[in-house]
Amino acid sequence: MTTLSHTSPELRLRKVINIVAEQQVTSLASGHEGTVRDQTRAYLLRLKDGEMGSIPAIGATIFLALVFQFLSPYFFTNINFTNMFVQAAELTMLAAALVFVILLAEIDLAAGVTAGVAMAVFIRFLKAGWSWIPALGASFVVGIVVGIVIGYIVAKIGVPSFVVTLAFFLGFQGLQLLLLGEGGVYRIEVPEVIAIMNSNMPAWGGWLMLVACLAISLAISIWDRARRARVGLVNKPFSIIVMKLSAIGVLAAIAISIMNTNRSQGVIPIQGVPIVVPITVAILGICTLILDRTKFGRHLYAVGGNPEAARRAGIKVVSIRVWAFVICAILAVVSGLFHASRLQSVDGSAGKTIVLSGVAAAVVGGVSLFGGRGRISHAVIGAFVITMIDNGLGLLQMPAGVNYLVQGGVLLLAATIDALARRRGGVVGRN
Amino acid sequence: MSSPVVQLVDIKKSFGPVDVLKGIDITCYAGQVTALVGDNGAGKSTLIKGLSGVQPYDSGKVIFAGEEVSITTPGQASSFGIEVVYQDLALCENLDIVQNMFLGHEEMLNGTLHEPEMERLATKALQSLSVKTVKSVRQKVSSLSGGQRQTVAIARSVLREAKLVILDEPTAALGVAQTEQVLNLVQRLASQGVAVIIISHNLNDVFQVADQISVLYLGKMVANLDRRQTTYDDVVAYITGTKTQEGN
Repeated sequence: MTTLSHTSPELRLRKVINIVAEQQVTSLASGHEGTVRDQTRAYLLRLKDGEMGSIPAIGATIFLALVFQFLSPYFFTNINFTNMFVQAAELTMLAAALVFVILLAEIDLAAGVTAGVAMAVFIRFLKAGWSWIPALGASFVVGIVVGIVIGYIVAKIGVPSFVVTLAFFLGFQGLQLLLLGEGGVYRIEVPEVIAIMNSNMPAWGGWLMLVACLAISLAISIWDRARRARVGLVNKPFSIIVMKLSAIGVLAAIAISIMNTNRSQGVIPIQGVPIVVPITVAILGICTLILDRTKFGRHLYAVGGNPEAARRAGIKVVSIRVWAFVICAILAVVSGLFHASRLQSVDGSAGKTIVLSGVAAAVVGGVSLFGGRGRISHAVIGAFVITMIDNGLGLLQMPAGVNYLVQGGVLLLAATIDALARRRGGVVGRN
Repeated sequence: MSSPVVQLVDIKKSFGPVDVLKGIDITCYAGQVTALVGDNGAGKSTLIKGLSGVQPYDSGKVIFAGEEVSITTPGQASSFGIEVVYQDLALCENLDIVQNMFLGHEEMLNGTLHEPEMERLATKALQSLSVKTVKSVRQKVSSLSGGQRQTVAIARSVLREAKLVILDEPTAALGVAQTEQVLNLVQRLASQGVAVIIISHNLNDVFQVADQISVLYLGKMVANLDRRQTTYDDVVAYITGTKTQEGN
């Protein structure tokens, strides 16, 4: 029996649309198809869609470098160039730490003071006669415990991370004072720790680092391609990988050769890539692999993007959140170690101001405060922007007030770009 | 007629003094689309929530693939092969299609995500549903339209080799063309031998895809109709309570 509806205009319209839809033979692509030119076009299209990532920050880096170079002849000397890497190391590590919590749309204001407390514990154990390795181990245990506690309160009890970490931020400043005494400054006399920020590798060490990095990147790319090929998927043109790696290789080679020149004003030559550089590269490389290639990393992004969807997919949201705070605390302690190494001392007020710069660095680099978007590399680039502002304005002998104003302006700009990009990317109903 | 995938017998559920389900019987067959219709408050959602393990029934028998089972958690439902596609879809916008389809069930190789295998399987699942509207399986979900998102959510259940897929108002927020795509998808899903339950308020949609139309009225199953042997007016009459199957 034919009902009235079967001849209704709406249904007839639908049938027509259906036929049209069936005729549009669009095969399912994976984004790996096409020539170099197609890939470039697809990349530009993604940029237009608001997935800008760290492009604004890279632009800012180049812009700032040119401006400062124009204003100060000292900016691009080999000594200042190398110094910036050392200066940026602490901030880079802290910003990378914060990426893990910001990806969840959380915040850890206590990251800096957690590092401060861990370093205070480190120095107390050193003073108590421990050797530096177990003492450092103890300071990392402190970091891990703090991470677990903060994570538990945020994830399980449900107190907003802003408030929890603000409380820790205040409390730990007190704990640092109690551990070290008012105005207490302790010298670190462990050569291995001081070497991190104050010693350099021999010239060949820098080149070895570059070769190792490029070889590992290439090996991973080739492995990925082999895996794709094995299950019968297309691969991007190999030339793209070669171009990317050569570009990075050339830039890194220039940086290394600058660092390998003698930058000493005195008699004893100072040259080579600072030891902190390979340490940072290695740690951040591992972090990137964790975020991109492990189940934990995938689930972290999922919880950051849509916690309810993640829960329904069977992801243990609470444990992901706790782990994020633990990793953040561990990397923050590394950052604190860099700080202590650079100053060759531990004082009771460490870590108070750097945490806000860390958040700024992550956001400026392109990590979204709304969660779910951002990479470790973004934090690195953001940290360089902040460091460069700091360094350049210092060279120009600007008052500290100007420095803060500029940093604040850059952060506001970056957060606004993030919000706008998110709004554009979140438009529903496009085909 | 093919074998029943799930059979509910005398299902009851009440919230305090309110009896929401007053003894429901329903049978869903493999390869068939069962439309669950009824006015607001008829008990559609409660019936579905029991089947998906979110809110267990008070009493009654659930017979799944010939065996009586009790479903008390979503995990159990999933292990039986029952997948629910919720109205709000539960996708992560910041992840791409493949990542969403495998979320929580990732393929691993040597401790790392086996992206190529996931991409291949996701592509296969979408192709098995003849999905042609998606440009790339590596598109972020944030760039997809409502219909495309629904497609991804349904394809996810194919990937999990679901035996029963429950769709809650899959076309509620969609335009005409997208509704058409999704309804086609539902039919293709059923043609793969999956039992499908679709909740809808839109009788056009119901008449287009359903094999069986089950009407709930105030917690009772008032009619189990064969779509080919019923009419719009009949279904509307059952929904509004002006007609019962025993005749009025």
